[in-house]
Amino acid sequence: MNKVLLIIQREYLTRVKKKAFIVMTLLVPTLIVCMYGIIAFLALNNDELNKAHIIKVIDERGDYANKFHNVENLKFQTIHEPLAKAKAEVKKDEDSYLLWIPARINKTDTVQVFSKKKPSLTITGEVENQMNAIATNNGILKMGIDTAKLNAAKTSHITVGAREITDTGDTDANVGAAYGAGIAGAILIYISLFIYGAQVMRGVIEEKTSRIVEVIISSVKPFQLMLGKIIGVGMVGLTQFILWIILSASVSYIAGHFLTVPANPVMGFAKNLGANAVAEVGFFMFYWITGYLLYSALFAAVGSAVDSETETQQFMFPITLPLLFTYILSVSYLFQVPDSPLAVWLSIIPFTAPVAMMVRLPFGVPGWQMALSMLMMVIGFLFTTYIASRIYRVGILMYGKKASYKELVKWFFYKE
Amino acid sequence: MLSIRHIVKQYAGHTALGDVSLEVESGQIFGLLGPNGAGKTSLIRIINQITAPDSGEVYFAGEKLNQSHIERIGYMPEERGLYKKMEIGEQMIYLARLKGLSRDEATKRLKSWFEKLEMQSWWNKKIEELSKGMQQKAQFVATILHEPDLIILDEPFSGFDPVNAELIKDEILELNRKGATILFSTHRMESVEELCDSIALLNKSKKVLDGKVKDIKNSYRNETYLVEYNGSKLNFDGSQPFNLVDETENGDETYTIKIKLNTAASANDVLQYLIPKTSINRLQEVVPTMNEIFIKKVNLKPIAS
Repeated sequence: MNKVLLIIQREYLTRVKKKAFIVMTLLVPTLIVCMYGIIAFLALNNDELNKAHIIKVIDERGDYANKFHNVENLKFQTIHEPLAKAKAEVKKDEDSYLLWIPARINKTDTVQVFSKKKPSLTITGEVENQMNAIATNNGILKMGIDTAKLNAAKTSHITVGAREITDTGDTDANVGAAYGAGIAGAILIYISLFIYGAQVMRGVIEEKTSRIVEVIISSVKPFQLMLGKIIGVGMVGLTQFILWIILSASVSYIAGHFLTVPANPVMGFAKNLGANAVAEVGFFMFYWITGYLLYSALFAAVGSAVDSETETQQFMFPITLPLLFTYILSVSYLFQVPDSPLAVWLSIIPFTAPVAMMVRLPFGVPGWQMALSMLMMVIGFLFTTYIASRIYRVGILMYGKKASYKELVKWFFYKE
Repeated sequence: MLSIRHIVKQYAGHTALGDVSLEVESGQIFGLLGPNGAGKTSLIRIINQITAPDSGEVYFAGEKLNQSHIERIGYMPEERGLYKKMEIGEQMIYLARLKGLSRDEATKRLKSWFEKLEMQSWWNKKIEELSKGMQQKAQFVATILHEPDLIILDEPFSGFDPVNAELIKDEILELNRKGATILFSTHRMESVEELCDSIALLNKSKKVLDGKVKDIKNSYRNETYLVEYNGSKLNFDGSQPFNLVDETENGDETYTIKIKLNTAASANDVLQYLIPKTSINRLQEVVPTMNEIFIKKVNLKPIAS
């Protein structure tokens, strides 16, 4: 056991000391914070959004002018000047626009707004909405319908909210946050299983191609080496997660003192998850760890069977397929029907559960399904580790031999 | 030191070792010889407990081979390798610790070895920054740092330049003098012939010959000598105590003849016969090389596969 610890230590230290690890660890939270910083900065300092804009209206028809109503930052002003003169005036002022409504317009015609600067979509959108409304009103008037009565009939303005019935009474179900949390969890697990699984695989290939593996396994059992590598790389992954959370939380906390920034995504996440946050993070960690153990063992077996990374393709496909399949289903479909039979099955099968369960978790999962799924995860990773270790112990000593699936099966049945 | 008894190892489809038995005595330099594919590496992997035999047993210093012996064996595989991106000092210590040494002890020993082989300045270098020869030296140090009782070297001199090969050879001999048993494996039989006390010849997964080098060579002597003489060409009429096998003229009135002694005749008889007739420059027994013995042995007893 002592020797496994030595291996874990080496695998861990050589990786966390690498420049790439340090850069990634610092870069990701910095990027997240920068991104939020930029959004906040724009929100606070965007003159375009705060400045008052004036839209001068030349109405050659006469049934639009004076019917525009001012909205925030946007004032309408009817003028009676020739088009050319008005254009020249608008050209001098950056914040004014000229809306020219020609005498004849058809239903689908485009009406022009002139300005020195290109007007923003908000402005053209607002003008368009108001013009359509006025045109509709004009049409209604023309037909002799009482607009006052019509407006009275249109007062209702209903939005749909969701309330969740729980033991402690109704609570506001934040459906959006649940979607967000579920999908973010699924994406995070999906990506990190690949990243750290591939690191294990690359480590195995490195040992094999550099031929050090024979020296090492004259000191330890192949299984110890494989286990040490998997655990070492896994701890690197955990370290990175924890550092990301701590760094991004503390950086945005500090930044929060200087800027009124929308909360950090991680914090926002935890808030949205509410009182269950700790449990949910716990489940996330469980599925991350067991999923990682399950897949990294397979990645290690693939690494042992090949002589270079380019040869891994044929074996990678069946490993990545269930993950990819669940991932695509999760972000496109499962989150809409988190209790469907498909979602339930995918969250119980160990190969797909880490991703599928993340999508279901925020919506609440029955206890027995949770327990079954977690049990299956443990069985699943023990099973893949067993298979992988039998392939691994033979594979690492096979140089220059192109392995096929048939070969792998043979290796599995080799005696010690 | 090492007793290998009736080892059989089969891989799917072919036999790597078919009932091989060997005895390596303590303090010996033992050569495991044979062409590529004879089963040398398979046997070495079994001794190192990298793989296990299908049947048969290995005894190490009188005990059945087990995990505790790992720390007493040093192994340098034919395919050498170290972690390319890891610093050499750190790496050597790691490998020694895997063999059961403490960090302090490994550091201490490593420093003295680095001094001895003039490698001090390499400590913080990554393996990939070193030349091939330097890597080999480092690999050798990694093999023996934990002061094993048995040192197993698979094709030890391949890849070394002549200077380093000599250096390593001297170190091996010194370790042997200090009590370590050395097991060489090589397909280049001439390279270790002069180093080994005993050898075993493997061919096609079977042992074809083993024993002390001296004894083997003696048993393969066939009373053949080379004689170089100066003067006029000799004619032999049948009264000489040997048969003429071959004759060459070297120019400058020197001749070399290859002769085979008659039964019961000795080298002295040859000299006595020749001295009155000519002036002798050289008389040398033709001793078969291990390679010749091997070829002879394999040809004599072709092994049915």
